[in-house]
Amino acid sequence: MLVAGVDVGSTTTKATLLDENKRIRARSLVDTGANVVRAAERAFREALRQAGLEEWDVNFTVGTGYGRYRVPFGDLQVTEISCHAKGACFLFPDTHTILDMGGQDTKAIRVSERAEVKDFAMNDKCAAGTGRFLVAAAQVLGLELEELGTVSAQAKKPLKITNVCTVFVEQEIVMHLARGCRVEDVLAGVHSAIAGRSIALLRRVGLEEEITFTGGVARNVGMVRALEERLKLKLNVSPESQHIGAIGAALFAWERAAHGEAGKQRNAVGPEAAAP
Amino acid sequence: MNYVVGLDVGTRMTRALLLDLHGRVQARCQRETGARLETAAQAVLDELLQQQELKAEDIAYIASTGYGRYRVPFRQTQITEMTCHAVGALWLFAGTRTVLDIGAMNSRALRVAESGRVVAFRMNDRCASGAGRFLERVARSLEVELEQIGELSLRSQDPQPISSICAVLAESEVINHVTAGKAVEDILRGAHNSIAERLVALVRQVGAQPEITLTGGVTKNAGMVRALEERLGVRLNVSVHSEYAGALGAALLARQRWQRLQNSTGSAPQRQAAARNPGTLEAKEESHGHRDDAGRGCCVECLGGHGSCHSAVGARPGPPTDSVSQIGGKGKAGG
Repeated sequence: MLVAGVDVGSTTTKATLLDENKRIRARSLVDTGANVVRAAERAFREALRQAGLEEWDVNFTVGTGYGRYRVPFGDLQVTEISCHAKGACFLFPDTHTILDMGGQDTKAIRVSERAEVKDFAMNDKCAAGTGRFLVAAAQVLGLELEELGTVSAQAKKPLKITNVCTVFVEQEIVMHLARGCRVEDVLAGVHSAIAGRSIALLRRVGLEEEITFTGGVARNVGMVRALEERLKLKLNVSPESQHIGAIGAALFAWERAAHGEAGKQRNAVGPEAAAP
Repeated sequence: MNYVVGLDVGTRMTRALLLDLHGRVQARCQRETGARLETAAQAVLDELLQQQELKAEDIAYIASTGYGRYRVPFRQTQITEMTCHAVGALWLFAGTRTVLDIGAMNSRALRVAESGRVVAFRMNDRCASGAGRFLERVARSLEVELEQIGELSLRSQDPQPISSICAVLAESEVINHVTAGKAVEDILRGAHNSIAERLVALVRQVGAQPEITLTGGVTKNAGMVRALEERLGVRLNVSVHSEYAGALGAALLARQRWQRLQNSTGSAPQRQAAARNPGTLEAKEESHGHRDDAGRGCCVECLGGHGSCHSAVGARPGPPTDSVSQIGGKGKAGG
């Protein structure tokens, strides 16, 4: 048995293939870009290629993320909130709170012992405290997104960033640099500011240990440290953090497939069907 | 010593305006502020002097305004942008009762009394929604020059809604519209409408009264003016000097202060006249000290308790006629 989860995010699209033992057979990541449908297909094909399999080998496919209804081969759509909860609880079974920081939105999710979503909060009005905030900072500072965490870890005297709005912060960074402040100190201030926003979000749903940090921003060591320093506790961070939504989606697909449901790829004309 | 200068160090542009002692606009220039505020301020002053073949000694008084007003080392005084825009707008259109200043980062709505006193004030101080930067980002994601977006938006047949008020999230919406094959002018009109909604809300908060005068860099954008006029249901005052209203107000106040200084060292009757003239706005502002490093002025918090400290400039601003026509003709009359 093989199932797939496809997470179409605002910035990247991820696909994960699980086998009957819920082992990850393949996972892929592509930039979403402007064409959501093509991004979903590219991610899916890349995962199949890695596993050396064909689309008719997939029993069931679940789509998630903001572009989930644009996954043409999806058999079911599940919200990214449920998928992140599912994926996080699968990797860290004692998870009670999840912080998901994506390219464009940040979500705090509280889950029950059985990985059911109890409550959630997200930034729906503005980009403050999201991955976009870091992208903007990286642009102004002339750094690659991947370097941000390591550079901010070198800070000696982190600055206080007073603005909340991403646009105002860009200006604030320019001013700090013009006054001769060090890049790493500015960056540490930016990370700390985002951590503050995220923790406010977490408190809205109720902070309960253990906390699992998911989404693309969880790969940023500076962000993990800023959150841990402010929360004064350790976060669960998986090397698969960016793929947790897709893993959760694949787990939902696994449950359906285990109940004997077959998706449309499976019903399509494959080698077995062609030779009766 | 025959000239005064108003210098407006804004978040995007730094503008300077040269006024002679009769209150006529002699020259003006602007450049991007960038990160080095002192450099930008010096550069616009040098350009003004060069344009008019003047020397630094010919300038009697320099007043700075804008968020970088404390970073102008050669200023004689600094004045909040709220005051300067009110003074500038009243000088351009004497019937002004409401001023809407649309800047790159901050937009402000002011209501002024007949006497010229600022009686109510609101600004977007938390975020960049409803400010020019929103349009800059939209223009960038559509790969259209900022100068063209207003005209383009006016050609729209089917405006596309932009629901996000966040300038950053709106970019994603713009990209979605592009992907869906929507026309550039329709997306632009949607963006203009979105900001206009925010600005109209700001204007209503101060209790909009005609005539309404627009100031700030975005006034050059015809699409923005139209979107606002449609929503407010009145014609808006826009002049060729509208984008320089802050610098103009600063220059007018610089001239007033210079003349008072001259009077106080002049003959006895002149000194008495100066004494009768109650302390002006900028003098009072300096005394009560509500301001922050970023230069966001002493304004919002003063509205509650210190409203009177913004009681305005003694003299009613002069008529705009001949002085405006010094550069490029008169602006259209409002009403």
